[in-house]
Amino acid sequence: MTHPDFLWRNPDPKPAYDVVIVGGGGHGLATAYYLAKNHGLTNVAVLERGWLAGGNMARNTTIIRSNYLWDESAAIYEHSLKLWEGLSDELDYDLQFSQRGVLNLAHNLGDVREGRRRVNANRLNGVDAEWLDADEVKKFCPIINVSDRARYPVMGATLQRRGGIAKHDHVAWALARQADAYGVDLIQGCEVTGFEITGGRVTAVETSRGRIAAGKVALAAAGHTSVLAERAGIRLPLQSHPLQALVSELLEPVLDCVVMSNAVHVYVSQAHKGELVMGAGIDAYNSYGQRGGVHVIEAQMAAALELFPIFSRARVLRTWAGIVDVSPDASPIIGPTPVDGLYINAGWGTGGFKATPGSGWVYAHTLAHERPHPLAEPFALDRFTTGALIDEHGAAAVAH
Amino acid sequence: MLLIDCPSCGPRDENEFHYGGQAGIACPTGDMTDERWAEYVFMRDNPKGWFHERWFHVHGCRTWFTVERHTVTHEIRKPR
Repeated sequence: MTHPDFLWRNPDPKPAYDVVIVGGGGHGLATAYYLAKNHGLTNVAVLERGWLAGGNMARNTTIIRSNYLWDESAAIYEHSLKLWEGLSDELDYDLQFSQRGVLNLAHNLGDVREGRRRVNANRLNGVDAEWLDADEVKKFCPIINVSDRARYPVMGATLQRRGGIAKHDHVAWALARQADAYGVDLIQGCEVTGFEITGGRVTAVETSRGRIAAGKVALAAAGHTSVLAERAGIRLPLQSHPLQALVSELLEPVLDCVVMSNAVHVYVSQAHKGELVMGAGIDAYNSYGQRGGVHVIEAQMAAALELFPIFSRARVLRTWAGIVDVSPDASPIIGPTPVDGLYINAGWGTGGFKATPGSGWVYAHTLAHERPHPLAEPFALDRFTTGALIDEHGAAAVAH
Repeated sequence: MLLIDCPSCGPRDENEFHYGGQAGIACPTGDMTDERWAEYVFMRDNPKGWFHERWFHVHGCRTWFTVERHTVTHEIRKPR
């Protein structure tokens, strides 16, 4: 038996790089890939405290969609979705990207009005969107309980047919392989412990594997962004929370679309392998513990059973949590920070996976040109001072 | 599920409570700027470690109180 070829090298850090990306998850890897591909920057390191894509990239529910209400969000998520549509070919790796359609259910008149409004807003932004009434929901997804006797009856749904799921591990591996092929150093087991800041400009990172000089430093650390930023003397409007999810045992194909419901707070799809994948809402308190309360899982399963009585005999295989960084308006923060040369890409909260290629694309552009990509501009840190928030809390989905 | 010590009711399950975030956030007084207002409304500590935070015993005695909780171990102690 011989080990198959490794997809990327496992290099030791060099003394200096043009760009150091802190965080080897989906966004960090996508950023490295697009820095090399779009901007020709290959003297780049991705520093990862643990192993590549072992944080939220390994813990999300893999849902991809772009049906956000506000123009700024629709633009960046739609850009991302368009990248997804070509990414398997581009990376020469089967990402199991499956555009099976995403339903967002409405359970009351408020939901119905919000959903119809969002469909119209999406269409004006060139995002595919349809409104389905309850009968059409039943046709699209026959196992949903649309009885009007349900505790939270299904009164309709928005449908984005181009939405779907992808295989998260494949996404990370494919991006890592290509970034590595361009010459990017992917350095695992390398924790950033501090920043060297000279005259208001970052010049190096201190790591568990020594000092690494850096022309620019790009944070892509999701739930741990606040911890890193504090070491650079930056205070951010982020709160870290556990976000839990679960999978069932492997089942025969039973659910061929993605179903999300904000009102009862669950989102469900069936992975290619056969397990039902369900996500919950965040646990209420701040935490870095990568675990949450069982009562949150219980509420999530109760919601799922209400929608899908057929799941009543499915058994839970495992539950887990990732740490998500939630911003006050549930939108990301992308761009420069008060420290010159130090950039931030954070606050994706519960919905970062779908943004992986789009986020990497605009972040790489922002780093290469030292000014925000037009799609990233509205997501600047200063919006919390100017008041120009992009409030996606109720608009797009609490769970997203 | 956390076991939270309500000052009136004693230790109770977390799902009797509502979370209130960082403790000790006072409404600013005096001359107001956008920066000060943003700090008050949006900026919060987010430490990996001990954290002073507010809890509301919403399904009990409806008391707001402060605890100190560790954001990795979830251990709770009386605020120091």
